[in-house]
Amino acid sequence: MPVATSSRRHGSLLTDPQARAWIFQILAVAAVIAFGWFLFDNTQTNLQHRGITSGFAFLDNPAGFGITQHLIDYSESDSYGRVFWVGLLNTLLVSAVGIVLATLLGFLLGIARLSSNWLIRQLATVYIEIFRNIPPLLQIFFWYFAVIGPLPGPRNSLSLGDIIFLNNRGVQMPAPSASEAWWPFMVALMAALALVVLLSRWARARRLATGQPFPVFWASLALVVLIPGACVLLYGSPLNWSVPELQRFNIRGGWVLIPELVSITMALAIYTAAFIGETVRAGIQAVSHGQTEAAASLGLRPGQVLRLVVIPQALRVIVPPLTSQYLNLTKNSSLAAAIGYPDMVSLFAGTVLNQTGQAIETMAITMSVYLAISLSISLLMNLYNKRIALVER
Amino acid sequence: MQRVKSILAVLGAVSLLAAGGAAQAGATLDAVKKKGFVQCGVSDGLPGFSYVDAQGRYLGIDVDVCRAIAAAVFGDASKVRFTPLTAKERFTALQSGEIDVLSRNTTWTSSRDSAMGLNFTGVTYYDGQGFLVNKSLGVSSAKELDGATVCIQAGTTTELNLSDYFRSNGMKYTPITYDTSDESAKSLESGRCDVLTSDQSQLYAQRAKLAKPDEYVVLPEVISKEPLGPLVRQGDEEWFDIVRWTLFAMLNAEELNITSQNVEQMAKETRNPDVARLLGTEGEYGRDLQLPRDWVVKIVKQVGNYGEVFDRNVGAGSELKIERGLNALWNQGGVQYAPPVR
Repeated sequence: MPVATSSRRHGSLLTDPQARAWIFQILAVAAVIAFGWFLFDNTQTNLQHRGITSGFAFLDNPAGFGITQHLIDYSESDSYGRVFWVGLLNTLLVSAVGIVLATLLGFLLGIARLSSNWLIRQLATVYIEIFRNIPPLLQIFFWYFAVIGPLPGPRNSLSLGDIIFLNNRGVQMPAPSASEAWWPFMVALMAALALVVLLSRWARARRLATGQPFPVFWASLALVVLIPGACVLLYGSPLNWSVPELQRFNIRGGWVLIPELVSITMALAIYTAAFIGETVRAGIQAVSHGQTEAAASLGLRPGQVLRLVVIPQALRVIVPPLTSQYLNLTKNSSLAAAIGYPDMVSLFAGTVLNQTGQAIETMAITMSVYLAISLSISLLMNLYNKRIALVER
Repeated sequence: MQRVKSILAVLGAVSLLAAGGAAQAGATLDAVKKKGFVQCGVSDGLPGFSYVDAQGRYLGIDVDVCRAIAAAVFGDASKVRFTPLTAKERFTALQSGEIDVLSRNTTWTSSRDSAMGLNFTGVTYYDGQGFLVNKSLGVSSAKELDGATVCIQAGTTTELNLSDYFRSNGMKYTPITYDTSDESAKSLESGRCDVLTSDQSQLYAQRAKLAKPDEYVVLPEVISKEPLGPLVRQGDEEWFDIVRWTLFAMLNAEELNITSQNVEQMAKETRNPDVARLLGTEGEYGRDLQLPRDWVVKIVKQVGNYGEVFDRNVGAGSELKIERGLNALWNQGGVQYAPPVR
């Protein structure tokens, strides 16, 4: 006997399973929205009742304080909104450089841990065990005081040819700025790169059709050097340099790589590389040994086996935990506040919060920014993950 | 069904908790009396103002102000608990109700008095911002600091004043900001920065903590006004009056030469009407403030008058040896002036 369809309601609304499901879902959503609204309203009422200003108008007020490192132009009379952007760029700088360094070092470590050479294997193990187990804040302090401590003061800087100076205020190097020959140079460079892309495509097609290899690398190098080089000969140097000079207290001019940036990037890269090394090792060991044996029997050298056969398959296992490590590094960059590096947390959720007193708004903005950064990183990594996923037959 | 019920129950419970958390302003005195102690926000280690000694006791001018409040309300200066706060957390802790009074060398400015929902009750210490440099740099005046690297504590009025001073004198500088004053002093010692800037009282305190204090000198320029005082929440008039008049009582006691040694005797034997009114022998001024009659006697006996507190913590009787200067009484060349109790 066929079961009755659900188009006819049996009994009242309360006993019909479909209707009940809908009712409870609607009630749950309404309850969550009502709760969220209640929290928001309660906070607003209390803030007003106690005379604490709320709202985001403070972002237009002048900041009034200086910042050590600002990648965009900044002066004391700029607004708190500008401080936000300066802090954000500083955080992104540390995160980006840290991620790149940590990945390189981590991959090396992971492969080294599986090396057949006993010494390399042990060194990698010792490295990982040490740097994985010490809290990142302590590592940051260590690098900061280890980097700053032995360096001399500005008056006794170590110098390289009198244009690069190393002292405990940082590394001062000449800073480039664009001259009149900048645009012709850029045009020449773009043209050379376009030619390189076309050349490599042509060489690949030729190799697939006829089997003849072409020295793509050397030809591209020649193109990139000769075409912009000819432009420099014709128009002159595309860059003007401002050279650092010792003045009364400091070396002025040029660009300074502050020790805070160096120490936090190094500390975070070294710390995260230990975790990435283990992830890479797990990925490589997940690839079945039959693959390695088959590749070796085809005559591939061990380096080629790793590069062409093992790692592409291992990436399936490596990429998701790698995403987590990148997110950890980005969030750990907020520890920069402890050594005076002007990142997002130190500037915005520190100085600006203290001066305006608006804790809720500044904290909400900071948390949203970190959330946005983390979501972007995981989005990009997930796209990459989908692209390299093996298509099963 | 079970899961939906439990989710709704949890939501209900959490919203009740949230509702209960909305504290009422205007009831701090009642809450303090019910608790049995005053919760006082102080700094996380500033010699002379609020710091912990080797035995774990809190000492300092800001600490003594809080103990005086406890002596006034409860008759016992030990009925106070201290919360050490960094410069970033101090206002949020007071706004949220976590502490009852913030006594943490905080500068009285218009924006803090108005936009944060807080009120300053008075000035404990008139201070100013100065510079501490290493003698080996050969600098004798702040106007010679063009191009220097300066260590500062983040988020304080210090940063703003520094920027204003250098801008108005057409000088450039590089700021390095730290979370705590200890870190900025350590950085000065390591040579990362050339000069440390902060309130002058803090400079003397930090210099005393350095490995070689004699190698550093405080420059003569004072570049800002920094009146430091305690804060309470807005909308809470009785508590505001109590905190304000506690400080005034200590100043009045010094003016009338009442010390912790002679206060009890003077309370019994005085014929000076000002003293009698202050110490509660005459009039009901304590009751007006919702305090016991002998509130000033308790304050002066257990904590001391303003002069004693100053001497013990930052003056001649301490390591810092700061002069009274602006903090002397009005009739002795300073600006500390308390309205009369009558």
